[in-house]
Amino acid sequence: MSLLHFAILLPLVVSLFIPLLYKKIRSVHTGWFVLLVPLILVAYFSQFLSQTMAGKTVVATMKWIPSLDINFTAYVDGLGLLFALLITGIGSLVVLYSIYYLDAKKEALHNFYVYLLLFMTAMLGIVLSDNMIVMYLFWELTSISSFLLIGYWYERERSRYGAQKSMLITVFGGLSMLGGISLLSLLSGSFSIRESLATVGTYSSDPLFTVSLVLFLLAAFTKSAQFPFHIWLPDAMEAPTPVSAYLHSATMVKAGLYLVARMSPIFAETPLWFYLVSSVGMFTLFWGSLNAVKQVDLKAILAYSTISQLGLIMSLLGLGAAALQVEILPDSLYTVATVAAVFHLINHATFKGSLFMMAGIVDHETGTRDIRKLGGLSQLMPVTFTIATIGALSMAGVPPFNGFLSKEMFLTGVLEVSESGLFHLDTFGLLFPFVAVIGSIFTFVYSILIVYRTFLGPRQLDKLPKKPHEAPIGMLIPPLVLVSLVILIGLFPNLLSNTLIRPAAEAILPKVIANGGTIPVEIKLWHGFNLELFLTVLIISVGTFLFLTLPKWRSLYHRMPKQVSLNHQYDALLRRGERTSTAIHDTVMTGYMRSYLVYIFGFIVVLVLSSLYFLDAFRFDVNPLSTVHTYEVVLVLVLVGSALSITFARSRLTSIILLGVVGYTVALFFVLFRAPDLALTQLVIETVSVALFLLVFYHMPEISRKEERIKFKLGNAAISALVGLSVTLVALASLSQRSFASIAQYYIDNVADLAAGGNMVNVILVDFRGFDTLFEISVLAIAGLGIYAMINFRKTGGIDK
Amino acid sequence: MLEMLLFIALGGVFLSMLGLFYRVIKGPSVADRVIALDSIGISLISVVGLVSIILRTSDYLEVILLIGILAFIGTVAFSKFIEKGEIIERDRNQ
Repeated sequence: MSLLHFAILLPLVVSLFIPLLYKKIRSVHTGWFVLLVPLILVAYFSQFLSQTMAGKTVVATMKWIPSLDINFTAYVDGLGLLFALLITGIGSLVVLYSIYYLDAKKEALHNFYVYLLLFMTAMLGIVLSDNMIVMYLFWELTSISSFLLIGYWYERERSRYGAQKSMLITVFGGLSMLGGISLLSLLSGSFSIRESLATVGTYSSDPLFTVSLVLFLLAAFTKSAQFPFHIWLPDAMEAPTPVSAYLHSATMVKAGLYLVARMSPIFAETPLWFYLVSSVGMFTLFWGSLNAVKQVDLKAILAYSTISQLGLIMSLLGLGAAALQVEILPDSLYTVATVAAVFHLINHATFKGSLFMMAGIVDHETGTRDIRKLGGLSQLMPVTFTIATIGALSMAGVPPFNGFLSKEMFLTGVLEVSESGLFHLDTFGLLFPFVAVIGSIFTFVYSILIVYRTFLGPRQLDKLPKKPHEAPIGMLIPPLVLVSLVILIGLFPNLLSNTLIRPAAEAILPKVIANGGTIPVEIKLWHGFNLELFLTVLIISVGTFLFLTLPKWRSLYHRMPKQVSLNHQYDALLRRGERTSTAIHDTVMTGYMRSYLVYIFGFIVVLVLSSLYFLDAFRFDVNPLSTVHTYEVVLVLVLVGSALSITFARSRLTSIILLGVVGYTVALFFVLFRAPDLALTQLVIETVSVALFLLVFYHMPEISRKEERIKFKLGNAAISALVGLSVTLVALASLSQRSFASIAQYYIDNVADLAAGGNMVNVILVDFRGFDTLFEISVLAIAGLGIYAMINFRKTGGIDK
Repeated sequence: MLEMLLFIALGGVFLSMLGLFYRVIKGPSVADRVIALDSIGISLISVVGLVSIILRTSDYLEVILLIGILAFIGTVAFSKFIEKGEIIERDRNQ
């Protein structure tokens, strides 16, 4: 276990002590202790920057289950380090923010920080694991800790609903990822991502490879809230705002993007990967931005905007896959999409984190997040207004903020791929820039909407639950840090290009490096008059026009029928699933013993008869049969006659007596077939049991003693006939197909010599196989004690008799 | 010759058992059925006796004794049941 492993597990270890700190030190907000953890980790992970910049990687292995090839292999490359820095960096800011956001007296802080630290370990584990099983373990841990955090205010119904919904959807994805991992490791022979990548050429033509690809993508799409799995994210907004800012904008929802980026080298040469990732991402971009405009809750707008931006990054990762299709890269043209994806990933984390914190401040200081009640807060909350403006303009892609740069690169990537002629993109590839521009226009509209409806426009103080005022400085520091990053990256974009973006892009496209190519990361704020710039101008002008006319066309959203909405479908699916399973349960589980017996016997009949038929198992051979005597025939007639009369008997007493007749006849058979011991026992037991039957009959209530025949039911008759038939056929078949001679001769030879006995049955019972007898004695003892207990320890009206 | 006679005797016993069996099913009173059952038991003794001769074995003599005892106990128990309504009486001092 190296220091690296310890760094990944540090939050988990610290989380063990959080409840103790919370209980013992009440005067200090617990968050201050927690804040140390991400700060230490940021400092620690920054050390790796120099190594990843030089193209080196760090590997450390800790043995966990070596016999199954499952080891905790920590692997640091550009991509993993980028995420680790995002997780710990934004983690520090979020913890600082939460100290001022959550009241130490009213909130269960120990729960909150334990969940949060658990989540931090889980995320670090995902991005720094090379072993896929370990990655899956951490993956599920993020689902669980996210579930706990969304349901933090568990007494609210909406929180519980949101937590359950996100759990169901992300765990569905997690399980499909496990399936993908299993298939991939079967193909490649290793759980290690790097080893699978090294041998990918040998197995990529296997049909299971495609299945594995789809399963991995399901996991990524559910986690990163891609269409149609995006519906859990808006409902996850019931979580406390620091959680929304951290999990549902900056880190957890990017785990899916990480997975796509990490698996790109393995899968991206398959055209299906390109099609799925880019088109799903593109559609999510469009759908998320379209829906964000109609929301009235600040956090809901931000949730849909997160969905949309994640779609943007996802589609860029898909377009980046096109780079791997080209063998020789003359000017590394196609890598621009990958670089844009990484760049926008960083940018999105900065501006979306600050916007969520802004929404939290507004909620905290005014008591509502409903934009219909807010307005005109710019003079009351000037700092928050500044944060919101910078964040929203960056999100809208307005220069000179960082969102503008990544949006330009996004447009470049989209335009290039549609012109490249790869994958027969000549026709429908034209859709990409079209959808991208429309999505960007809506992005512009809702970004402006957030700022305008909250901080500008008419002031409506009477509608607000609280009197608004500026937030405390501690709450403002984290978003201020983030927006200053937004400006800093916007003005000096190349600050990051060599430290973070290039190593990450190289990790996503290792083949380019292996072929001797380079990934140029030159981000310019001003790159001349080109098509992208005109598109930006188009987006801004059309967006402004749409925003100004918003009240006129907003009612169009209500035209959409409710039944088509995915949330409605999800709820209906859950309801229908529940109702169907209840219906099946109610029909099958009737509560009547007779129905279950019908199932059991029916199943036995089907199983036995079909196996006899399909396996061609039935044989009938007359050779082993012995001759039939007259008295045997007579006895059989008696036996069959009395057994049949039981079923037609009118009174139960007659049935009991006839059952006695059957028993005595069986005893007579034992006599005829030379089994004196059996005959003796059979006679005594039959007498005792007939007496017991009579006892039961005597104690029956009057109404059940009336004479009545068993009602005839065709189904029952058919099943009993079939059971009889199948047992008979099996008996005949097994009689005719003896594989080995009997071992009886050994007993005959040795009964006197070895066991000093004359009665062979008894010698077998107590000597050769006395063990069985011991436990049959135990059975009798248990039965006797049980009867005694049932009779003597009856409860009557709650009082022991 | 002996074999022949034994089979004839068995046939006779079976016939009588058939008659008794008819009485068990037909009734009309419980006492009729009990007496018929008792007689079936006795007939069984003769069946087992005859069969032991046919099979040339003395291993079934215990069975004969057992059937005798069981038939007696059974008939007594039934009689008591008909007369008093129960087989084992409760101790009055308890």
